Amino acid sequence: MPDTAIQDGAYNYAYLDEQTKRMIRRAILKAVAVPGYQVPFGGREMPLPYGWGTGGIQVTAAIIGRDDTLKVIDQGADDTTNAVSIRRFFARVADVATTTRTGDATVIQTRHRVPETPLKEGQILVFQVPIPEPLRMLEPRETETRTLHALSEYGVMQVSLYESIARHGRIAKTYNYPVLVNGRYIMSPSPIPKFDNPKLDRSPALQLYGAGREKRIYAVPPYTPVKSLDFDDHPFEIETWSESCALCGSKESFLDEMIVDDTGKRLFLCSDTDWCQERQGEREGAPPEVPAK
Amino acid sequence: MTGRPLLSVRELTKRFGNRVACCDVGFDLWPGEVLGIVGESGSGKTTLLNCLAGRMTPDAGSVIYDSNASGLVDVHRLSEARRRLLTRTEWGFVNQDAREGLRMGVSAGANIGERLMAIGERHYGEIRQTATDWLGRVEIELDRLDDRPTDFSGGMRQRLQIARNLVSNPWLVFMDEPTGGLDVSVQARILDLLRGLVENLHLSAVLVTHDLGVARLLTHRLMVMQGGRVVEDGLTDQVLDDPQHAYTQMLVASILPA
Amino acid sequence: MYVAVKGGETAIAHSLDLLADKRRGDRGVAEVSLDQIDQQLGLAVDRVMTEGSCYDRALAALAIKQARGDLVEAIFLLRAYRTTLPRFGDTEPLDTSRMVAERRISSTFKDVPGGQVLGPTYDYTHRLLDFSLAAAAERPEAQTAPADTATSLPRVGDILEREGMLESAPAATADEAQDLTRQPLVFPAARPVRLQNLARGDEGFLLALGYSTQRGYGNNHPFVGEIRFGSVPVSFVPEELGFAIEIAEIDLTECDMVNQFAGSHDVPPQFTRGYGLAFGHAERKAMAMALVDRALRAEELSEAATSPAQDEEFVLAHSDNVEASGFVQHLKLPHYVDFQSELVVVRALRAEVEARNQEAALSRAAE
Repeated sequence: MPDTAIQDGAYNYAYLDEQTKRMIRRAILKAVAVPGYQVPFGGREMPLPYGWGTGGIQVTAAIIGRDDTLKVIDQGADDTTNAVSIRRFFARVADVATTTRTGDATVIQTRHRVPETPLKEGQILVFQVPIPEPLRMLEPRETETRTLHALSEYGVMQVSLYESIARHGRIAKTYNYPVLVNGRYIMSPSPIPKFDNPKLDRSPALQLYGAGREKRIYAVPPYTPVKSLDFDDHPFEIETWSESCALCGSKESFLDEMIVDDTGKRLFLCSDTDWCQERQGEREGAPPEVPAK
Repeated sequence: MTGRPLLSVRELTKRFGNRVACCDVGFDLWPGEVLGIVGESGSGKTTLLNCLAGRMTPDAGSVIYDSNASGLVDVHRLSEARRRLLTRTEWGFVNQDAREGLRMGVSAGANIGERLMAIGERHYGEIRQTATDWLGRVEIELDRLDDRPTDFSGGMRQRLQIARNLVSNPWLVFMDEPTGGLDVSVQARILDLLRGLVENLHLSAVLVTHDLGVARLLTHRLMVMQGGRVVEDGLTDQVLDDPQHAYTQMLVASILPA
Repeated sequence: MYVAVKGGETAIAHSLDLLADKRRGDRGVAEVSLDQIDQQLGLAVDRVMTEGSCYDRALAALAIKQARGDLVEAIFLLRAYRTTLPRFGDTEPLDTSRMVAERRISSTFKDVPGGQVLGPTYDYTHRLLDFSLAAAAERPEAQTAPADTATSLPRVGDILEREGMLESAPAATADEAQDLTRQPLVFPAARPVRLQNLARGDEGFLLALGYSTQRGYGNNHPFVGEIRFGSVPVSFVPEELGFAIEIAEIDLTECDMVNQFAGSHDVPPQFTRGYGLAFGHAERKAMAMALVDRALRAEELSEAATSPAQDEEFVLAHSDNVEASGFVQHLKLPHYVDFQSELVVVRALRAEVEARNQEAALSRAAE
C-alpha cells in the first residue's frame, strides 16, 4: 500500500469506514458496561494477518483521533518489528503523533505486556488478544463456554488449577493467567506474563481487549477489581528474579534473558524498554544509588 | 414415612415424533427411598430418567422436587442456571458409561473435587483431603489420587464416578444402569458399595436397570415399564415374588434361577 | 555494554525492498502482465476470487502478481482490499438454470435433458508433461459449437425433485442474507451461513474433509447429481429504479451432490442434497464443498454426528485460510516474554526436583 493511496483519500481516516467504527464503538461500550464479558463484533478483515493484532488495531482505529498520542509495544518494547509495523500503520492512516514514552501516550496498544510505569486516568490500554476465551483449552465448544459464562459455572477452571498443583506442586501457569473481573466473569488477560496481572487490578486506565480472528471485544473499566484465580493455601504469586537489569539495575521489573555468547552466558534486561531508558536517564542525572521511582 | 415426598411426578409424557417414549407417568419418591424402574430396552425407562433429572424436557406433566435450599420447585420451570446448580449440589447422576460422567483428562482428585470447587471451595489442601476420604469410601487405593481415570479399570471408573457425585452430599441420585457393561464380579462389588452408601448416607435414588437382580438388591420399590407406560408398581419383593401383570410375569420368568 | 536489538524500523524498510526485488526476479526475463495472469493462469485467478469473496479478475490477477503466486497470500490481499469497499446492496439470487454452460455433467444418469457436455476438463488428459508448452508457439483455436444462450438448462436435481425422489431445495427466504464479513459467526449457524463460510473456505481443507467422509468418517453415499460451469447473469435492483437490471455476467461452477437418506419418522426415504458453488471454474472446490455441506446437515437429518466433517464448530471455525495462516504464522512474532515466564517456572520446578533427589540421596547415605 503506497503512502499516496492514503494521502489521496483512497482510505478513510484511521483506515476503517465510519460505519464500522461506530459498530466497534458500540461493542466497546457494551464491553465497558459488562466488565469481562466477551462481546461478539463484526470484525473486519484488516491489512494485517490474523494473530498479528487485527483485534487491537480495530479497537485502536475505532477510538483514535488526531489529538491522541499513540504508543505501541510488543513484548514491552517499542522497537520490536510488529510494534514498529503497527505504529507506522497508524502514523500513516490516522495522522497521529506517536511516542515511546508511556507517560505521554493517550492510547497504548500492546501485545504481551503491561507497561511498568503505572498508568493514569484518561489513558487507554489496548490489548491484542489471540484467544479471548479463557475456558477454550478446557472446553473447545463455543456454545458450551458461553453457557458456562452465562451461568458462572467456573468449576472447570478451578479444576485446571487444582490439576496444576497436583502435578507440579504449584500453579505452573505463567502467562495468560485467568482472572475474575468484578467478581463476575472469568477473563483471559491476553498472553501477558502473570507478573503483569496485579497491574490490571483497579487500574486507573481503561483496558480494552480486541480479538480480531475470534471477533470478540471485552473491557475492564477503570478501577475495576481484577483477581487472579488461586487457592487459599496456594495464593497467586508473580515471578521474581535474583538478577537485576544490566542496563538500569532494576530488580522490580520484568526481565528478559539474553544469551550473549556461544557458551550460554546470560544477561538480564528490562522487557519494558521505555521504563529502562527513563531509569537510565535518571541514574545519569541523579546519585547512582537512588532507585528511580 | 412422614413429611412430604422428595420428588412428586405427575402425568409425565415425552414423545419423539409420533412415537411415545413415556406416557402419563406419575409417582412419589420419599426421603431415603430407592425406586427402581425396570423394563426391556426401548420401554422408555432411560427417557423417563432423563426427564426426571432435568436432562430432557417432557412434553407434558410435572416434576416437583423438595429442594433443601429453596423448598418445592418445579424442575422444568426452573431457570437453566438454577437447574444446573441443583444438579451439581443436591443431585447426582451416575451414567452407565463412566467416561460420560468423568473428566478423563484430569486426575481422580480433581474429578472428585470439581463439585466442591464449583460451589466455591478454594482451599487446595482441604479439597484434597475430602477427595482422599472419598477415594477410601469407594474402595480405591489412596495413592491413585493423582492418577487419571484413563489409567483405571472399568469398575474403578464407576466407583470414581460415584464418589464424584456423592462428594457434595446430594439428597437424590439418579442412576442409569450403573453396573451395566461390567463383569459379574465387578458388578457385585459395586452393588455392595452402592447399597452401603445409600443406607449410610440416607440417600434417595431413582435407579434404571434391566437387571431384576440389581433391582432386588438395591431398590425398595419398583415400577415396571412397557411401551412407555407403567404397567405395574409396588414394593420390590412383592412385585418380583408375585407379579400381577402379564408383562412383569414374563420378565420375572425370563430370569434364570440363581 | 550490551545494547538490545534495535532498528526494527530500518529492518522492515529493507525487508520490503528485498521483497520487491525478489518479486521482480531476473530483470532479463520479461515482467508478467496482469492480462497474462488472467488469461493463462485463469484457474489461479478463479481460486483467489472465490476464497477472496470478490469477483474481479483484474484485482485477483494483481493480488497473485503481488503475492508472487502464493494464492493464500493473494486471497489475503484481495480480502483486505475488499473489506474497505462500500456496500451498495445485495443482488437478486442467481438463477443457475439460466447458465450458459460450457460444461455440464451428471453421474447419476446416462443422459439428461440438455445432454452431457464435457467442455474443457483435465479429467481425460493423460497427466504427461507436455514439453511442447515449454516453448512459445502459435496454438490453434479449438472448434466449439455455438453456445445456445436462448434455452435454459434444467437442473438434474429439479427433475428428480419433481418425482419426490430428492428433497426440495430450501425455499428462498425474504430475510436479508447475513454477511459473514460484517457479522461474526455464531453457533449454531444456519445453512446459508454455513454455505457462505464454506464458499470462502480453504480448498485444501474442504477437500480433505470431503475426502474423509468418503473414507468412512461420516459417510453419506454421494453421487454427483450435476456439475455445471458457465456464465450466469447477475441482476440488481437499484433503489432509484425499483426493478431488476442485469449488471454483469459471472462465471460459476455449481455442484449438486445427491446423497442417500434412510428417512425418518416423518419423512419417507429419499435423496438429499449437498451444495457447492464457486466463482470461475473450480470443480474440486465445488464438489468438496457439497460433500461437507451435506455432512454438516447430519443433525438436521437426525443422523449420528461423530466425524470431524459433521462437526459444525470444528469445520466452520477452521475453514478460513486467511485466519488459519495468520494465526499459525503469528508464532513467528516474538514470544520471549511468555517464554521467559516459562523459563522461570521450569527452572524452579527443576530445582525442586533436584533438591528432593539430593535430600533422598543424603538420607539414604545416612541410613
